Amino acid sequence: MAKDNATITGFLEAPPRLSEWHRFRRVFFSRKIVLFGMVILVALVLTAIFANWLAPFDPYKPDMSSSLQQLSKEHLLGTDIFGRDTLSRLIYGSRTALAVGFISVGIASVIGILAGIMAGYFGGITDIIIMRAIDTLMPFPMIVLALIVAGLLGGGIHNVIIALSIATIPPYTRVTHGLALSIKENDYILAQRSMGSSHLRIMMKHILPNAFPPIIVLMTMMLGSLILAEAGLSFLGIGIEPPGAAWGAMVNDGYKYLQENPVLSFAPGLAIMLVVFAFNMVGDGLRDALDPRLRGLL
Amino acid sequence: MTAFIIRRLLHGLVVLVLVTLLIFFAMRLLPGDPLLIYMAQKSQRLQDMPPQVIEQLRHEYGLDKPLPVQYAKWLSGVFRGDLGDSFFYRLSVVKLMRERFPVTAYLGILALIVTIIVGITSGMLAAVRRGKWVDNVVTPLTYIGVTIPVFWLGILMIYVFGLKLNLLPIAGFTSPFVDFGLSTKQLIMPVICESIFGVASNARQMRSSMLEVIRQDYIRTAWAKGLRERVVIFKHAMKNSLIPVITLIGMGVSFIFGGSVLVETVFAIPGIGRLLVASIFNHDYLVVQGITLIIAIAVLLINLIVDISYGWLDPRIRYG
Repeated sequence: MAKDNATITGFLEAPPRLSEWHRFRRVFFSRKIVLFGMVILVALVLTAIFANWLAPFDPYKPDMSSSLQQLSKEHLLGTDIFGRDTLSRLIYGSRTALAVGFISVGIASVIGILAGIMAGYFGGITDIIIMRAIDTLMPFPMIVLALIVAGLLGGGIHNVIIALSIATIPPYTRVTHGLALSIKENDYILAQRSMGSSHLRIMMKHILPNAFPPIIVLMTMMLGSLILAEAGLSFLGIGIEPPGAAWGAMVNDGYKYLQENPVLSFAPGLAIMLVVFAFNMVGDGLRDALDPRLRGLL
Repeated sequence: MTAFIIRRLLHGLVVLVLVTLLIFFAMRLLPGDPLLIYMAQKSQRLQDMPPQVIEQLRHEYGLDKPLPVQYAKWLSGVFRGDLGDSFFYRLSVVKLMRERFPVTAYLGILALIVTIIVGITSGMLAAVRRGKWVDNVVTPLTYIGVTIPVFWLGILMIYVFGLKLNLLPIAGFTSPFVDFGLSTKQLIMPVICESIFGVASNARQMRSSMLEVIRQDYIRTAWAKGLRERVVIFKHAMKNSLIPVITLIGMGVSFIFGGSVLVETVFAIPGIGRLLVASIFNHDYLVVQGITLIIAIAVLLINLIVDISYGWLDPRIRYG
């Protein structure tokens, strides 16, 4: 709303924006743990991008002569049953985790947000149809829904992405539905209508930007749950095909050799936990920095 | 209140019908012919099978009829307590589930009790002793609890308590009626795994809503009257802080069912979670349909109860 006033009056625009950004930065970086999460995420993204430079060994090529080696200078985290370097597989696994997380968040959020805004804005029969469809997905635990869809579509990372996207649509729709319901009651929406703006323009230019802060927080939090769910699915054997590296599948592979070499199972699990933790922390930080209810208190 | 309950019941019924439609049609529209997959697993020599035999089997299982007819047949069976036969186990789905559902339910109820008791008390303690050692222990643990992959926690515990310390059996399930001691020992680790997420998220929610409530004027009044801490916290602050936590408990049931899929796999527990995973790999449609239906009904029912008790705890909600 402040932005709209500023556009009308003109001269107010620059200063408030600057202080908004300052305030955001101050609040976001004020907690050390958020900063820690941010550092982990940046490291993760860099690891995924430069995986082929960082990995000391080929993560896929079996080398039977060095099967199930303990930690050593050469193999920092040891090797698995096929003699593949655990650290290298861990590094490549970050690609799987990030790809599944970001693509699923992208697909689910676009579908979920559009559905939620339409339901809230149009109301009536549109609202009923969309929200009943979402209610129908709600009683299924996310991992069960994803498991069924991915399992029946057949393996492969594409199907895991499709399954997780479908399973995570409801939260976006619910959040944006509620936001759209309250935002559309504002006078500036009425003003836009009377000026002849189309429904599409109002939804995209006025409701969506105002609903953005909670959505961005939700997306960050969902990235964490998606990586956790993908790990769960690949642990059960659904998802990436064998020589490919996925952290959940690595935990399961290592489980068989828990006595001989527990690091095989421990290391990828720790990686999953760190990354999910980082996404949650950054989400928390964003919420504190963006949530208007906390403004004034901070 | 009655109108509110009736409205909620009707809504639940509509969703239930939609859920059966979704389960049935999603299962049939996905690729893969259940019969062919079944035959392939049975004989490995599908090409040797004369087409007439396949057609006859298809007819036997009713798979040659149009989809709406199959749906009507399945649904009327559901109401009569007949979920069809498993292609893979050659048993009725109800019979398969009758052995396994009590296992999952027993584990799930224990996990739910732990979630509620441990989650609420630790969150409350952390709020009341904010900044003290209890809070400094509980709050970081809740962060770990919501991020740790449950299957990994299970493996970690198996390694430490099972293999290294030899304190607990590493896997399996025994009925508590057969050997209560062994059954309880075997269940300690699975229950921790299944409840950890719920405990942590309840504790977090309880802590923050309690912190909000104890700032209110009526709490200050209670203190000013000279009431003892126990009375202020349990009688005045607790009920109001519980409202947001109750919603989480409804969601907790969903998490417990979801977790059971992973936990039962890690600990080799013969419940419906593990059956579901196996049936998905076997493309055993009717079993998958039956299990998802049971899970969905359970989650819907719990949420119905939660919604109604929510309206009772906070009368404002009924008019919302």
